[in-house]
Amino acid sequence: MTGKKSNLAPLRLHIPEPKFRPGDEADFSDVAVPPVDSIARPDEASLPADIQSLAFGLVRVLDDDHQAKGSWNPNLDADQLRSMLRNMMLTRAFDDRMFRAQRQGKTSFYMKSTGEEATSVATAMALASDDMCFPSYRQQGILLTRGYPIVRMMNQIYSNSQDHLKGRQLPIMYSAPECSFFTISGNLATQYPQAVGWAMASASRGDTRISAVWCGEGSTAEGDFHSAMTFAAVYNAPVILQVVNNQWAISSFSGIAGGERTTFAARGLGYGIASLRVDGNDPLAVYAAMRWAADRARTNNGPTFIEYFTYRAEGHSTSDDPGAYRAAQEFEKWPLGDPVDRLKKHLILLGEWSEEQHQAQHDELAELVKKTQKEAEANGILGHGMHQPFETMFEDVFEEMPWHLKEQCAQMIDEQHRKFGPEWEPK
Amino acid sequence: MMGDTKTMNMIEAINSALDIMLERDPDVVLMGEDIGYFGGVFRATAGLQAKHGKTRVFDTPISECGIIGAGVGMAAYGLRPVPEIQFADYIYPGLDQLVSEAARLRYRSAGDFICPMTVRSPFGGGIFGGQTHSQSPESLFTHVCGIKTIVPSNPYDAKGLLIAAIEDNDPVIFFEPKRIYNGPFSGYYDRPVEPWSKHEASAVPEGYYRIELGKAGVVREGEALTILTYGTMVHVVQMVVAEMGIDADILDLRTLLPLDVEAIERSVKNTGRCLVVHEATRTSGFGAELAALVQERCFYHLEAPVERVTGFDTPYPHSLEWAYFPGPVRIASAIEKIMKD
Repeated sequence: MTGKKSNLAPLRLHIPEPKFRPGDEADFSDVAVPPVDSIARPDEASLPADIQSLAFGLVRVLDDDHQAKGSWNPNLDADQLRSMLRNMMLTRAFDDRMFRAQRQGKTSFYMKSTGEEATSVATAMALASDDMCFPSYRQQGILLTRGYPIVRMMNQIYSNSQDHLKGRQLPIMYSAPECSFFTISGNLATQYPQAVGWAMASASRGDTRISAVWCGEGSTAEGDFHSAMTFAAVYNAPVILQVVNNQWAISSFSGIAGGERTTFAARGLGYGIASLRVDGNDPLAVYAAMRWAADRARTNNGPTFIEYFTYRAEGHSTSDDPGAYRAAQEFEKWPLGDPVDRLKKHLILLGEWSEEQHQAQHDELAELVKKTQKEAEANGILGHGMHQPFETMFEDVFEEMPWHLKEQCAQMIDEQHRKFGPEWEPK
Repeated sequence: MMGDTKTMNMIEAINSALDIMLERDPDVVLMGEDIGYFGGVFRATAGLQAKHGKTRVFDTPISECGIIGAGVGMAAYGLRPVPEIQFADYIYPGLDQLVSEAARLRYRSAGDFICPMTVRSPFGGGIFGGQTHSQSPESLFTHVCGIKTIVPSNPYDAKGLLIAAIEDNDPVIFFEPKRIYNGPFSGYYDRPVEPWSKHEASAVPEGYYRIELGKAGVVREGEALTILTYGTMVHVVQMVVAEMGIDADILDLRTLLPLDVEAIERSVKNTGRCLVVHEATRTSGFGAELAALVQERCFYHLEAPVERVTGFDTPYPHSLEWAYFPGPVRIASAIEKIMKD
């Protein structure tokens, strides 16, 4: 190789490595957890340049003793808190059941949101019900919070005869316009510029609805993310851009996405977007931040960028084995705890909840999900014949089916006749 | 509805189509680099921001991914965005938003969300644009499920097709052959270029009209051979056919997807010979699809193998673009070869 000079030290390529690998003892003592209200809640109309420190701190409401404190405290009443807890517990119960269904071979794939429930449930509760959500694939909590029928989610996961998406999408890639929930893409961060475009359209029409978009910290490396940030800033779009920093993008730790150098929240600063870093396992902080951002957007004060600092308690998906790349018990040692547990303890502290009520709700939700699962499975599971009619494969490519798809559809139907004779029609 | 005709070149016809659609449909929004105040580098949107306002016609950052991605979101909201990509060569940074998102929105959501977006983009060579301002990437899009691909060849078609594209509820790629933006040209492009601004324009109705998507245009009826072509090459082919005095049946495909297979089949079965002419590179180009289709459907009617005349499999060379361009000599040679059999 040319270019080496003997009097200079050789250059070194830095490849980021996580602090712990399998077999290591996880130790998060270096993770800075500032006290509650270390950053006061600014006015919603604040200029991004005046609140830059929010991108480097951590917005918190629940302290280590489970009390809600400080200027970010959204002061939700007990019913709202119980509703938040229930939605988070429902999300967890749903995840557990569907994870098991995948392990039983009833579907191909599943993605849990364990440990991150606050980032979907609390955010959804802070938005208006018709604000448009552009989720990534781990925000099932939005649908559950907005009351989308659980059986419809399961039908989608099973790609069965009642799947609203006609068995085309990978499990968990829901679409629910009636809940203002955009169809999920498997390509990362593509929803980012789309959410900004939706918000621009809403603003140009003098609408009052805003949009919100979620992606993982790994996806912030995608070009779409940066295009969207530019557009959001340029047009002062009424959009809330959120990054769920759950520390892991499959097996790549957050440092591989650039997290070693600065906070993800700080990425918003260069675009001139108000940016917050929030304790993602503190449901009240998540709610408060989202509410602040939503109020800001709705009053034409522009976009907000939020990083939720959280932890992915489970694997990336059912196709992943986190034991192969990260230390065991990381989640147990996560310094910001478990969002469900924290909210439960807060409610108990308020005298508005009890361990008995919690256990009863846990059992009730497990039973609800189990019962719904039976209902969904009556419509079929993946690969067991109770699927959509074959010809639906050719529908919706275009509004009207062109000649070449009609020809191919006829060919496919002929193939099915040859394979299965007169019994070919799906049940 | 169509009103009086006016002499327009293709740019003026496109401008007229956009103006009419902005007027008729409040959901139509134009966006792109330099298209607002300035009216676009080719002036296709000149005067439209002043007339229809900044929220209907506006400039964007230099980010094709952002332009198209935001367009998808606007379409999902209920608007009919018409983004301009300044040159087709720059469409690649926005390709994922087109291929994976716009094209599949209807399918993946089973109709919950649709993407009635028309992406306009000047394409093709012939203006000394070098390798980054001359490409013809249409076959990328005909290979994608869920996008319609359109290439007009004259001002009248450009206006009628663009109006139909904007009104269509599916995403459309509308490639505008920039060599003929300022009027049909003589076709002599395998020699150094003559100033394009001297080319004449043609009569175009001033009002609203549509040309149905998926229907080929008949440029010339004949018995000797079928020539399937589109865009700039329509003019080159016409000139060659006139010079050779050959009785060719020339189809201007206009919409590459969905394709007018009936017109193709009818013509080739009648003539028994088929030549495909396009400007894009040869290998895996749209001509390959056309040749395969003709072979599948018309094999027993063919008197000679289907021939392809295309650009070469190299990037577009700046100083030698007129040698790269599939000009009259290349086309005439192919016609001679087909007619020998």
